[in-house]
Amino acid sequence: MKAVTAARTGGLARLSDFFFRNRGLLTAFLLLPPLAWIVIVYLGSLFALLLQSFYSLDEFSGLIVRELTFATYAEIFESSNLQIILRTVTMAAAVTVADAVIAFPIAYFAARYARGGAKALFYLAVMMPLWSSYLVKVYAWKLILAKEGIITWAAAQLHLTFLLDGILAIPVIGGPSLSISYLGTFLVFVYIWLPYMILPVQAALERVPRNFIEASADLGARPGQTFRTVILPLALPGIIAGSIFTFSLTLGDSIVPQIVGNSRYFIGQAVYTLQGTAGDIPLAAAFSVVPMVIMGLYLAAAKRLGAFDAL
Amino acid sequence: MTPAVSFQRVSRHFGSMRAVDDVTLDIAPGEFFAMLGPSGSGKTTCLRLIAGFEQPTYGHIEIFGETAEGLPPYRRNVNTVFQDYALFPHMTVGENVAYGLMIKGMARADREVKAAAALAMVKLEGFGDRRPSQLSGGQRQRVALARALVNEPKVLLLDEPLGALDLKLREQMQEELKALQKQLGITFVFVTHDQGEALSMADRVAIFNAGRILQAGSPTDVYERPQSRFVADFVGSSNIMAPEFSAAHGGPGVWISLRPEKISVLKASDKPPVGHGSAEGLVAATHYQGSVTRIVINSGGARLTAAIPAGTSRFHEGDIVRFVWSKDSIVAMEHGE
Repeated sequence: MKAVTAARTGGLARLSDFFFRNRGLLTAFLLLPPLAWIVIVYLGSLFALLLQSFYSLDEFSGLIVRELTFATYAEIFESSNLQIILRTVTMAAAVTVADAVIAFPIAYFAARYARGGAKALFYLAVMMPLWSSYLVKVYAWKLILAKEGIITWAAAQLHLTFLLDGILAIPVIGGPSLSISYLGTFLVFVYIWLPYMILPVQAALERVPRNFIEASADLGARPGQTFRTVILPLALPGIIAGSIFTFSLTLGDSIVPQIVGNSRYFIGQAVYTLQGTAGDIPLAAAFSVVPMVIMGLYLAAAKRLGAFDAL
Repeated sequence: MTPAVSFQRVSRHFGSMRAVDDVTLDIAPGEFFAMLGPSGSGKTTCLRLIAGFEQPTYGHIEIFGETAEGLPPYRRNVNTVFQDYALFPHMTVGENVAYGLMIKGMARADREVKAAAALAMVKLEGFGDRRPSQLSGGQRQRVALARALVNEPKVLLLDEPLGALDLKLREQMQEELKALQKQLGITFVFVTHDQGEALSMADRVAIFNAGRILQAGSPTDVYERPQSRFVADFVGSSNIMAPEFSAAHGGPGVWISLRPEKISVLKASDKPPVGHGSAEGLVAATHYQGSVTRIVINSGGARLTAAIPAGTSRFHEGDIVRFVWSKDSIVAMEHGE
């Protein structure tokens, strides 16, 4: 009698058979490398960072005292450091809101109306800026925003110099030129992180079935009402996902405010200076923990508000 | 009396495709009207024209005497039960049902009372706080129904609402829907490709094919008196015989339809009774189907099927038998198509 088993034998076939009978082992085998990477390299360094933040710097010797203490965190709450945090968080929040407002219509168009070639063009347009170096883009913006740059020139040609001067004269956000103002920093951040907002919002909108919109209209909702009560709530997880990117990337960035902006520090620059020239690794570590705590609070608040209910 | 829905020479084209092609139709107030047809026959597009999701390319639509062209869905006193229910996942069942009332600006307390009553009507008391994702298919179907009915529409549109349910549940919902329609007196327009569903529920049925209505009438009308080969074949199953066959067997010289259950099977040697037509043939197959047995014969190049009550068949493949039918049961069809 011919056996029901196929005649194939050999090392690979036997290995496949073994994994077929031991599904758990296969999963473990596949998960081990990425898991090892995450636990050892990623969480390990995070833990080292956390540990550093509980050490302190001896002010006289400049050496790190390896004893657990809250002294470094107390330093964070000094007024000058708090200002750095407040400045960074305000910027991150402003950038996030602006990105969400700009990204939504683009993402909505791509998800609802763009088909075939138009959709390919959309992906290309959104992704292409990500292919060029971040530094090149920031320096390009410095030139655009500089006093001798194209914006000043265009304003002069259009006889709108008074408008530009008026904007630059606004206290706090203004400055001698756009490239040396919070407004400039803000514009560059908004530009640099925009793709990270567009893509998740578009993905969320793609998942809203067309007949939800029809059902809403059928039940008497005008397009504006449908937008508020159906589309926006269902896109919210995407907006939150995008805002996690824009918010946290802004919180941690040290390059943009260094190149475009006035000389006041953001968290990233503070960390950079503290661990470099100042050699105060504990305070740098404590500063690095701040964005993590802020993001944790932000996500907890979003969850509480029901942002993930539709997931 | 003003019809609830009136189509006057309505067409809806998508590019070169005529999804709805010159349809004229009146649906009476309080009627349970079924649109029956295969997929792509235009029945769903007709429903969407009534709902306002589509606009006619040509023709004129009135809903209770009011011109419907150019009227957006949210201005029509018409509600839809969608095929896949389209319940909002970010709202509770209660919020889903109360959605239309909320949009109208009804106070929260009032709309909660009304939503609870609507849920009770579809036998889902106390489900208001759940999420749609926590319900079974049948329960979601009821929520979709409650969400539409709570708005007290003048016309309720149902797009294959029972398609996703299993057989038992479907039969139960058919009865409930029919009872609900009687009780509320609302005009129901029901789209289905299931002829059994259409026949058992509707007051009137329209049979669609290729964007046109081939026949509209009571279930008895379309089943007993199909006017075309398509209708005879689509509504139930039928022996559709060419004019030559009909003429050769004592019938009219046109296409005819003969329902399998109208045929009785005798031995070849038996004589047909007076006033009966008959055909002799070789049994090609017998299919036992529980309540009936279907016997297929080949008779002079034609293929005929008879359905006889189970347990009464004494015939087997290869036997020569005689199919016998009363001449009254022959339906002559006006249209050969």
